[in-house]
Amino acid sequence: MALKMVKGSIDRMFDKNLQDLVRGIRNHKEDEAKYISHCIDEIKQELKQDNIAVKANAVCKLTYLQMLGYDISWAAFNIIEVMSASKFTFKRIGYLAASQCFHEGTDVIMLTTNQIRKDLSSPNQYDTGVALTGLSCFVTPDLARDLANDIMTLMSHTKPYIRKKAVLIMYKVFLKYPESLRPAFPRLKEKLEDPDPGVQSAAVNVICELARRNPKNYLSLAPLFFKLMTSSTNNWVLIKIIKLFGALTPLEPRLGKKLIEPLTNLIHSTSAMSLLYECVNTVIAVLISLSSGMPNHSASIQLCVQKLRILIEDSDQNLKYLGLLAMSKILKTHPKSVQSHKDLILQCLDDKDESIRLRALDLLYGMVSKKNLMEIVKKLMIHVDKAEGTTYRDELLTKIIDICSQSNYQYITNFEWYISILVELTRLEGTRHGHLIAAQMLDVAIRVKAIRKFAVSQMAMLLDNAHLIASNTQRNGICEVLYAAAWICGEFSEHLEESNQTLEAMLRPKVTTLPGHIQAVYVQNMVKLYASILQQKEQVGEKEAAQEITQLMIDRLPQFVQSADLEVQER
Amino acid sequence: MIKAILIFNNHGKPRLSKFYQRYSEDTQQQIIRETFHLVSKRDENVCNFLEGGLLIGGSDNKLIYRHYATLYFVFCVDSSESELGILDLIQVFVETLDKCFENVCELDLIFHVDKVHNILAEMVMGGMVLETNMNEIVTQIDAQNKLEKSEVRLRDSIMSFNLKHDHNISMMCNLCCLSFNTILYTAACL
Repeated sequence: MALKMVKGSIDRMFDKNLQDLVRGIRNHKEDEAKYISHCIDEIKQELKQDNIAVKANAVCKLTYLQMLGYDISWAAFNIIEVMSASKFTFKRIGYLAASQCFHEGTDVIMLTTNQIRKDLSSPNQYDTGVALTGLSCFVTPDLARDLANDIMTLMSHTKPYIRKKAVLIMYKVFLKYPESLRPAFPRLKEKLEDPDPGVQSAAVNVICELARRNPKNYLSLAPLFFKLMTSSTNNWVLIKIIKLFGALTPLEPRLGKKLIEPLTNLIHSTSAMSLLYECVNTVIAVLISLSSGMPNHSASIQLCVQKLRILIEDSDQNLKYLGLLAMSKILKTHPKSVQSHKDLILQCLDDKDESIRLRALDLLYGMVSKKNLMEIVKKLMIHVDKAEGTTYRDELLTKIIDICSQSNYQYITNFEWYISILVELTRLEGTRHGHLIAAQMLDVAIRVKAIRKFAVSQMAMLLDNAHLIASNTQRNGICEVLYAAAWICGEFSEHLEESNQTLEAMLRPKVTTLPGHIQAVYVQNMVKLYASILQQKEQVGEKEAAQEITQLMIDRLPQFVQSADLEVQER
Repeated sequence: MIKAILIFNNHGKPRLSKFYQRYSEDTQQQIIRETFHLVSKRDENVCNFLEGGLLIGGSDNKLIYRHYATLYFVFCVDSSESELGILDLIQVFVETLDKCFENVCELDLIFHVDKVHNILAEMVMGGMVLETNMNEIVTQIDAQNKLEKSEVRLRDSIMSFNLKHDHNISMMCNLCCLSFNTILYTAACL
């Protein structure tokens, strides 16, 4: 018996702690999975021991393994045991593990209610603190309902450390158990005037988050926030309040009017870039909501645009990015103010930072005119060539088409050029916007009579080279373009020079690998084409040629009958 | 709100992962890999904001990151947070780590990730910013460290007290507590 006890203690001496585990894993790079599974077995043994220190050590190691991707939910009950340790050090380990892996689906989570309640009323503020922090990560509707009152009481605790945490966690409680908001709200409002700046900050944070979700209900607090804004010196608090005002002004334009002056003052006086940026943003939001253009407002817009230009010109990439982001908001309602900075935006298009290029792209709408459209698109096409990741390339593609087609093609002087651009775009692989290009082609061909001949010749070329495109049969892939090509050729076949060749191209066996709806269009238009060729040949009296064509059709049509697509079969 | 905080090294190995929204472990690992992929492609002098939080749902989200030596600190946030403010917060986090670990380096984070979590818990709670003042944060951490140390001393003295019920065993166990060699010696004697 005595021997067992000594052996037990000796065994515990060899327990790995967190550092040993990490070291061990680093030393077993080749057989890491096997080593870890061995460690997990050891942990399972340790969790069977009565000693809470041993259990806590095991749970600490499990938390580390969770970060590496191992599921530790099987140890949920043990984690709760460690949470109920009397020692702060162990308790903290338990709550950390819980915050990393407990969630609404954890079936033993209800067992934590009483323990958490005990910890919330502990004389040791750090026990309470650690419970609040842990709970904020795994609170469920049931836990929220059961503990709301306890947490509400803590909002008036003597220690600001506790008050701060209690106030902040109320937001999570409100999210899970909305009925708790009404009784708690008066106390929350009180905390906006708490003597401790940290508590005040937390209250502002919570109310701002609530107001973002439901701005109407918090309009009545505007005067109070106004007072705070003019009296506070804490930048974080100011930023949150100013962002909040940005969300409230669309609902209450009078509020916006009052804000312009203090915000403009802040813009002139502050040295904190973060605050300056948020002020500019909110002023923009205010000006957008005050749709009537009063004279002094244009001054404010000018001020904003001026400040934003300074941001964009800064060598700090972050400021550049944020400046562009805010400019695009002004663009929607005051495009003229942005026009004068065309040169700067175009410069940003060449920036090596992709995030900045994306922002500049957004601004291009307001920048194009008849004169510079082709030049801009040319630049964008160069980018399209260089673009690596498909998302950016896709963005570029959509943007090119958007810019060109806006306001009914207002800015395009040369439609033939536009068609050739579209054709060039079809050479891109792996894009998701094939249907966009296709739609554009169809649109232009139908509406602009003058270029139909050119369009048709381009389309015929496409059909000829269809084998290049057909390899990518993704939905909405580039092959959608073939849809447009086939349709255009069929509909405007009078412009086709080499009708025979085109017809043959449409009848090639490879066509059956295309998606069903494209094949359907092919078949339909083949017939149109066939009819028009026959007509032509009859007029000229080339009976033999007509017979050849008919033979061709009879030969090749059957392959479509076997198609899986009903549409194709029917045709 | 902050959706997630990730720290990983230049090879993508996670050094800390804190998610403020529920994801399965597999999804978490995928998010870490994809974030690393996005962030590691970036040049040194581009901006610290990445859009398209494709991973952590919603186009409302941004990735705000900073690169220090061998580590990337990444915060995934939604539009309620100020971008420049969060950049500042990352800086405060790193400076606090520096203060608490005394010239922090990657090895400190590797072997003491539990301590890093404790520090982070004083700054961000449930995805919301709790405290941004470094001195306040360090004060709380110091107080909790003191509490931890006092518990360790208490625990050691209790352990030797509990085993005193038999004089021989208690003597052997006291020797056990003292040195490794003595353990071998006592084991050999039995």
